[in-house]
Amino acid sequence: MRSLRTRLFAILLITTGLLWLSATVWIFLSTRAEVERVLDARLMEAARMVNSLIVSPDMMKEEGDGDANRPAQSAIKIPILEHPHYDRQLSCQIWSLDGTLIGKSDSAPDTTLAPHAMGFSETVINGETWRVFAVENASLGVRVLVGDNLRIRDRLVNDLVKGLLLPALLIIPLLAVLIWLSVGRGLAPLRKLAGDLAAREASNLHAIEDVGTTREISPVLKSLNGLFARVAGAREREQNFIAFAAHELRTPLAGLKTQAQVALASDDGEIREKALGQIVAGVDRTGKLVRQLLDIASVEASESAKPAGAFNAGEILTGLRTELAGQAHRVDVAIDPHLFGVKIEMDPDLFRLAARNLLENAINHSPPGATVSCTCEMAAGRLVIVINDTGPGIPDEEMPHVTERFFRGRFKTSVGSGLGLSIVERALDRTGAELELRNRQGGGLSARIVLQQSLIR
Amino acid sequence: MRVLIVEDDDILRDGLKVGLALAGFTTDAVGTCDAAATALAANSFDAIVLDLMLPDGSGMDILKDLRSSQNDTPVLLLTARDTVRDRVAGLDTGADDYLGKPFDLDEVAARLRALSRRSTGRATAALEWAGLRLDPARQSVEQAGKPVQLSRREYSILHTLMAHPGVIFSKTKLEDRLYGWQEEIESNAVEVHIHHLRNKLGPGLIETVRGIGYRLGGAG
Repeated sequence: MRSLRTRLFAILLITTGLLWLSATVWIFLSTRAEVERVLDARLMEAARMVNSLIVSPDMMKEEGDGDANRPAQSAIKIPILEHPHYDRQLSCQIWSLDGTLIGKSDSAPDTTLAPHAMGFSETVINGETWRVFAVENASLGVRVLVGDNLRIRDRLVNDLVKGLLLPALLIIPLLAVLIWLSVGRGLAPLRKLAGDLAAREASNLHAIEDVGTTREISPVLKSLNGLFARVAGAREREQNFIAFAAHELRTPLAGLKTQAQVALASDDGEIREKALGQIVAGVDRTGKLVRQLLDIASVEASESAKPAGAFNAGEILTGLRTELAGQAHRVDVAIDPHLFGVKIEMDPDLFRLAARNLLENAINHSPPGATVSCTCEMAAGRLVIVINDTGPGIPDEEMPHVTERFFRGRFKTSVGSGLGLSIVERALDRTGAELELRNRQGGGLSARIVLQQSLIR
Repeated sequence: MRVLIVEDDDILRDGLKVGLALAGFTTDAVGTCDAAATALAANSFDAIVLDLMLPDGSGMDILKDLRSSQNDTPVLLLTARDTVRDRVAGLDTGADDYLGKPFDLDEVAARLRALSRRSTGRATAALEWAGLRLDPARQSVEQAGKPVQLSRREYSILHTLMAHPGVIFSKTKLEDRLYGWQEEIESNAVEVHIHHLRNKLGPGLIETVRGIGYRLGGAG
């Protein structure tokens, strides 16, 4: 795993290093140019100074005890104040115009430093390069040459640059340490977040506190907290589902057991008979629950709806009416004749399953003597099969939940399981149709199967 | 002992109502939070059997309301979910006991008796007073070691008086303990049952406090 700290450290160190390097090169070049300019100016100055000191060629002769024929070796010495480290840096020669060496400094070579008469030049003497400035004094008939040994000159420049570079080289490790520590400090909020996350229990889905977080980390925190909230929501729905399922599956069993124990415990024939009757009703209800669980499993298991077959909606509803007649205590089911003219092309089993559950709901929620009406209508090119009842309807706050598995609302019936509408929605979804539930004005529920044009023949 | 059953499933509610009545309890049963609130406002109960998942809310809310109004009637929770977490949540909200569905009717009855016993500050199951011994588990009464046969109503009155020795119960309070809502109260019923009890157990056992009600008296 790559470390962000190492990465930042490397980037910062390399860029800082490069900056230092280019700065050094620039300083080196400009220092050398400046030093050369200054040294050249000094050469010129020195040459002119020597020139001005020579009042006449005779002066030298006097000093040399009037011996004009002195050999070049014994030319007069010109003392020059010298820096011990850069000793013999400046060399001076005085030539007569006819080519005799009149005088020279200790460091100066015996051969002429420059062939030309005036100005700057560079000459190689004995393998060493000299930078020379020449001044000709025509009135006195002498030429003054002042030169610098370039080797010494380079050493001066190098020493200067070294003096600049040495602290830099010492500073770079110090800088590296500072960069390393600062990067570590700068990354502290990230490390804290990572620590917080690592210390969390897997079951802890509370939001991480967004207090005092840096602006860069805040979005990360926000999306993390968003994720936590979504996971917590999903977990809560799952918990609710388990709770509903446990309630719907265990309560009928508890009822059966209690009634059986009442029948066993009572000597009263009437109580026992009533308890046994309750057991029969309880078994019917549990049987329906098992059937619906299997329905939901089969709807979910079918990969896709079976090949569509054309069928008549009215006939299927009539068949269901006959099937449910046993459950419909004094509730009438009216089927609109137009429905017999409606040919639908989709999986007939899934349509039947959906219609059966809707019809069963309508019957079970209707008061005795009421009529459940099945009609059809066209709306925006879509065919809607409507099953209307006169029951209590569905409270608005329960509407979003009624198709959740095992959800049972305020107006639940004693025979319901909370699975019916869930089955309907899944079955219709498989076939490309839709379920719409609306409370009717004046009471009752309108359950609507909405079919796309493509499903109608 | 009067018990309120709050359970939304018709078959289970009916089973509990009849079954607990057979075990000697006076039972009232409701199916929603609203009905439970109404019942609790109008009557006092010795214990409540409470289902957690009700169509118009959670049994937990009834429990919270009950405890926040300083009502400490013992509550036995019935629930389909009986994981440790659920049980802890229920008990922490103020329930006194917890049973997972499906349960045993005898166990419900035994736990209700235990709850009522604890709420009246007793440790032993049987009630004793002046040579008289009443065993709520077996609904039996013995006087000086000999069994005494009592009708259901007579037993209920004796149970109520013996559970709270020294406390005076008015006639309406005793009627409350004897009859559920659906049962019709016969006039003078309490006087008749007390009369029978005095005949069977001796005249001094139950004292009449004139104008107020009845309480346990000295040895019969």
